[in-house]
Amino acid sequence: MENIQCFHCGDSCEKETITIDKKSFCCNGCKTVYEIFSENNLTCYYDFQHNPGAIPLEIKGKYDFLNEEKIVEKLLEFNDEKTQIITLFIPHIHCSSCIWVLENLHKLQTNISSSIVNFPKKTVRITFNSSKTTLQEVVLLLSSIGYEPYISLEDYEGGKKNIDRSLLYKLGIAGFAFGNVMFLSFPEYFEVSEFWLEQYKNIFRWLMFAFSLPVVFYAGQDYFISAYKGIRSKILNIDVPIALGISVLFIRSSVEIIFNLGTGFFDSLTGLIFFLLLGKYFQQRTYNFLSFERDYKSYFPIAVTRILSENKEETVQIYEVKKGDRLLIRHQELIPVDAILINGKAQIDYSFVTGESVAVEKKSGDKLFAGGKQLSDILEIEVLASVSQSYLTQLWSNDAFQKDKNSSFKTVTDNISKHFTIFVLTVSSLSTFFWLFFDASKALNVFTAVLIIACPCAIALAAPFTLGNILRIFGKKKFYLKNATVIEQLASIDMVIFDKTGTITTSKNNTINYEGFELSKSEMALLKNSLRGSNHPLSRMLYESVEEVEKFKVDDFKEFVGKGIETSYQHKKAKIGSYSFVKNEIEKHSFDTSVHISFDDDYKGKFSFKNKYREGFLEVFSNLDKHYRLAILSGDNKGEENYLKEKLSSNTQLLFDQKPVDKLNYIAKLQESGHKIAMIGDGLNDAGALAQSDVGISLSENINTFSTACDAILDATKFNQIASYIHASKKAIQIIKYAFLFSLLYNVVGLYFAITGQLMPIIAAILMPLSSISIVVFTTISTNLIGKKLA
Amino acid sequence: MSVIYLLLALSILVAIIFFIAFIISVKKGQFDDSYTPSVRMLFEDELVNDNKD
Repeated sequence: MENIQCFHCGDSCEKETITIDKKSFCCNGCKTVYEIFSENNLTCYYDFQHNPGAIPLEIKGKYDFLNEEKIVEKLLEFNDEKTQIITLFIPHIHCSSCIWVLENLHKLQTNISSSIVNFPKKTVRITFNSSKTTLQEVVLLLSSIGYEPYISLEDYEGGKKNIDRSLLYKLGIAGFAFGNVMFLSFPEYFEVSEFWLEQYKNIFRWLMFAFSLPVVFYAGQDYFISAYKGIRSKILNIDVPIALGISVLFIRSSVEIIFNLGTGFFDSLTGLIFFLLLGKYFQQRTYNFLSFERDYKSYFPIAVTRILSENKEETVQIYEVKKGDRLLIRHQELIPVDAILINGKAQIDYSFVTGESVAVEKKSGDKLFAGGKQLSDILEIEVLASVSQSYLTQLWSNDAFQKDKNSSFKTVTDNISKHFTIFVLTVSSLSTFFWLFFDASKALNVFTAVLIIACPCAIALAAPFTLGNILRIFGKKKFYLKNATVIEQLASIDMVIFDKTGTITTSKNNTINYEGFELSKSEMALLKNSLRGSNHPLSRMLYESVEEVEKFKVDDFKEFVGKGIETSYQHKKAKIGSYSFVKNEIEKHSFDTSVHISFDDDYKGKFSFKNKYREGFLEVFSNLDKHYRLAILSGDNKGEENYLKEKLSSNTQLLFDQKPVDKLNYIAKLQESGHKIAMIGDGLNDAGALAQSDVGISLSENINTFSTACDAILDATKFNQIASYIHASKKAIQIIKYAFLFSLLYNVVGLYFAITGQLMPIIAAILMPLSSISIVVFTTISTNLIGKKLA
Repeated sequence: MSVIYLLLALSILVAIIFFIAFIISVKKGQFDDSYTPSVRMLFEDELVNDNKD
């Protein structure tokens, strides 16, 4: 039993080892995938990366809904008589082996003509011959080699998404024009009255004018729109002085060349817009494979199996499920609606919803809530409410999901630009005034020069480059933010609220403590061998934790659903299960999850299961406690209250038995009293709280698959770093402020030239890029220094 | 000296050709995925090896 790694998936082969071709596999699934690959000469798959695979899961009947033409039609990207194209999201895509094997799908299934992987998005676009194969077959093929696609209700609704590439076009146009204008204006920088220049300057100037037209009216249009919106809602945002600067630059330059007064500032104009767009592009860094907008739709299946009266089954689209319908839920399927269990043994895993990893056992007649995943056999359930009316899904009708956090948030740049705009307008009007009396012919010249030179290019660049770079650094440290504004919001918070289960506790490990009389060796052996026959999740966990003993078959094994098991061996009787089952009396208050045992009706003790707290969780709290108010909101009972009270500082508020809506309302109330709140949670039951809070951080064990709508996704392994991320965000805001000061210096120098009426195009052309580039260099270096301090 | 008109026209023509190439490549989605092609281009050799086996 030495640590042998599975050749396919890399898991250690603990339970069994299957060996073929001198390679070991942990299970039949992995072996089968290897066989498929070796038969088709695709074993190269294992050369790029060690143990790249995933265990193929059992999917019997899961994709029957892909027989429904109506559903398939909605999923397909392209469809004609012979060819169909579909883009599938495959969470397992993670290495070059994945790309290779998925792009060689045609070797496994000749009717697939091409498959193209988009690695950052984790999708594969498959073109196949629909007269010879079906979408269902393609999906089954992918599943059989461990690349099960993830098809959810969201795909069904979303339809075809258009990618917005307009920023790239704008950047291209601005860059193209900037380069050409620079090249055309160069001669006039140095030689003003040279003969040949005199001769041809008109053609040069009008060419520059032509180049600047698409830059101003297409590439720069966002700044005008944003400035207009800002003024209409009475906010002087940073785009107001920018739009002003652009229009003055363009009008003055045009007037200059029309009346043959000078060359104009087309070089500065195109350069300005190019640099601004570059900053925007830099900041617009999104994590393609992560979705920050998920609601329950991305968890829920598209269709379920409905049972008709005469023992017939049909696949039905999930929105068509009505109250009173009977549904069939298979192994590993999600229960999409609130329902009553009619038939079958239910072991429901609510970990998407609550973060609790231990499955709950239900008997027929029990109510099942939507969002649970069935772990054991087939279930028959009767629907109590339609999808949108279910307990969990109702949460999404709350207003918290409608509002846009970004639009109401005032950024650092917005704050400074208000003062800046007023300052610029004052300076320009004062200096114009002065020149009107002194030398009226220069007044207009000075007025426009001030507006041109004060155009806050460097200020507008400071925030995008700082935040964009921090975004990238956080991403490398597995802290993924939705956009750059989140950093500023994170820097402004004064309270941190945690969910308990699945957030400060891990869902992976449980600690099991034994309390009671010591068990003898033979008793331990009986216990372990009795547990072996039970499939109850608690039995499985306890079985794993008890040390190896000699294996034997117990004589008598009876399982009582929802109560426990009773076994005997060599005339010794064992009862394992709930307190009331083992001791035959009703239990007084107890909040923990435990398994009790007795031998020959002699009560021995109990094994209690406790969620293990995440590593470093106490340090996180003591670090944060110095600067922030803290609270824990738990959907669970008070079982852990005493422990938490003892360990955490008394300032930490603890609330238990919180429903999803309670959490949301609690946060809304604190916000009314002026708190800025960061909420850290996981499961779907925190979705409301995450949406309501100023910064909703979703903690995720596996960032590829499950996370609810939020502003940021944090990899669970980095939980203990939360405090340093918040600290780094604060530092980033400071850097932006320093950069503002820095760029103001440039403006002061420029203003000197402008006010004295000696602004030459060449000065503008030097100052503008110089200030922009030095700001970019300054912010990049200092943010990298912050990044180095992060663990 | 009208050669300068010819040179200007040529230089701008060349620039515009590249600009159009850029627009077409954006439109075709070449900038949507900047990672996968870099891996994909390394695969060809392994495929040949594989066929020999």
